[in-house]
Amino acid sequence: MQYLLLIYSAESDDQNQDAATLMADYGAFTQGIIQNGNFKSADRLKPVNTATTVRVRDGKTLTTDGPFAETREQLGGYYLVEAKDLDEAVGIAAKVPTAKHGSIEVRPVWSM
Amino acid sequence: MGGAASCIDDAFRRHGAEALATLIRLVGDFDLAEEGLQEAFAAAAVAWANAPPDNPRAWLIAVGRRRALDQLRRKVSARARHERLAVEAEIDRQAAPVEPNEAEVAFGDDDLLRLIFTCCHPALALEAQVALTLRTVCSLPTTAVARAFLVTEETMAQRLVRAKAKIRAAGIPYRTPPRELLDERVRGVLAVIYLVFTEAYAGDPRQSLAAEAIGLARRLDALLPGRGPERSGQARSDVPGLLALMLLHDARRPARYDAAGDLVLLEDQDRGLWDRAMIAEGLALVEPALKAATPPSAYAVQAAIAALHAQAPTPQATDWRQIEGLYAVLLRLSPSPVIELNHAAALAMVDGPAAALPRVEALAARGTLDGYDVLPAVRADLLRRLGRRDEASAAYRDALRLARHNPERRFFRRRLAELEGRSG
Repeated sequence: MQYLLLIYSAESDDQNQDAATLMADYGAFTQGIIQNGNFKSADRLKPVNTATTVRVRDGKTLTTDGPFAETREQLGGYYLVEAKDLDEAVGIAAKVPTAKHGSIEVRPVWSM
Repeated sequence: MGGAASCIDDAFRRHGAEALATLIRLVGDFDLAEEGLQEAFAAAAVAWANAPPDNPRAWLIAVGRRRALDQLRRKVSARARHERLAVEAEIDRQAAPVEPNEAEVAFGDDDLLRLIFTCCHPALALEAQVALTLRTVCSLPTTAVARAFLVTEETMAQRLVRAKAKIRAAGIPYRTPPRELLDERVRGVLAVIYLVFTEAYAGDPRQSLAAEAIGLARRLDALLPGRGPERSGQARSDVPGLLALMLLHDARRPARYDAAGDLVLLEDQDRGLWDRAMIAEGLALVEPALKAATPPSAYAVQAAIAALHAQAPTPQATDWRQIEGLYAVLLRLSPSPVIELNHAAALAMVDGPAAALPRVEALAARGTLDGYDVLPAVRADLLRRLGRRDEASAAYRDALRLARHNPERRFFRRRLAELEGRSG
């Protein structure tokens, strides 16, 4: 099965991390899941102050600044992984470096 | 006919959960396995009328699997032809070895353990874990599960549907967890068992789920791999610790309610009514459970407290000093406001109500136990013993307002009547 690991954290907490250590941890983590054959794709997102929200209502496009809801934890990136079941996906999610100060949402992907 | 019916009832009780557990593994789906098993029991009513099979469980698994696969065929026949062919080929491949003997070979206790761990998977909400465990592992009807948790049958049915849908959609595995996850998952299963027990314990004694909870703990203890040293110290302390705790509490059930169904406090219970066989079984488990891990499991410490009550021939002979000490240990192991409250109640027995009251009032002031009827009940009792009747009455009224079960409500009303009678 494929799972999307959505990485959430408070940007203020991210700033408290040592950037070089965090980058190195992410590098090691990504290499690890590539070697284990779990890795499908991944991206880091720019900060939430660069976000734009789009809605279409009654045929009209409404474009607004920022995310829809003001929550403390923001989506900062994702990994798409292949895992044999939820336990394996959770095991991978627990190794995402941000899991130590943020949270990882594990979502199964619809298979077409 | 009567013979076949009682034979089927017996097979349901003895093999229902095991047959379901194996069917879920064979067909890979909870709903399909349940439907198949239901049809197998319906078929048994006819087929077993003349002579029941030598091995009812193997028969149920073989027929249940065939019926489940028939169900699956009916479901896919509604789909497009090219999709259907692929799925049907898979069904035929699966259906090939359906003979009773092979189904029997395929069965192991492992399936029941798989079922327990899947129902208690931490990715399911606790209430869903409990519902699913009672429905599938304990084979309780949905109405009984709903009644035990004070929700409507419809609400409970929806909870079960959602839980099974998540197992399927999220890819929750049907297996006994590997060693590195085992301790954590065993703790999850124990939390579910204990919740079943405490709900049952507080609720209507005639609809008790205590026996289900105790049965589950016994099964878990028997099924878990490595009963000896190779099982981790944690599990060797936790599992028998919880089993002992439940046995020692449930042993008092015959004395907990009077003929009218009213609650009888520990100090007023007829100790001659306590179930001595359960107490003996519980006591034998306590020591080894306490010694199996350092620090010991919180369940084992609670069992040791229950053991001290069980061993006291009269309320006056209770070793409150040691109980108070065990609560202090428990408070360090798993700090919680409920344990603080119990500790304060034990302290009142050692050093008197005046020593305990400030602790209870401080707990009340923190507000973390708002809505919990035992807090005002303990406070009321301490005030009553201190002769502060008006305050005691007010606290009993708070407890009465919060009580969830009728026996507790009647008890608080009785205490109120006593207090008001004496003050008048």
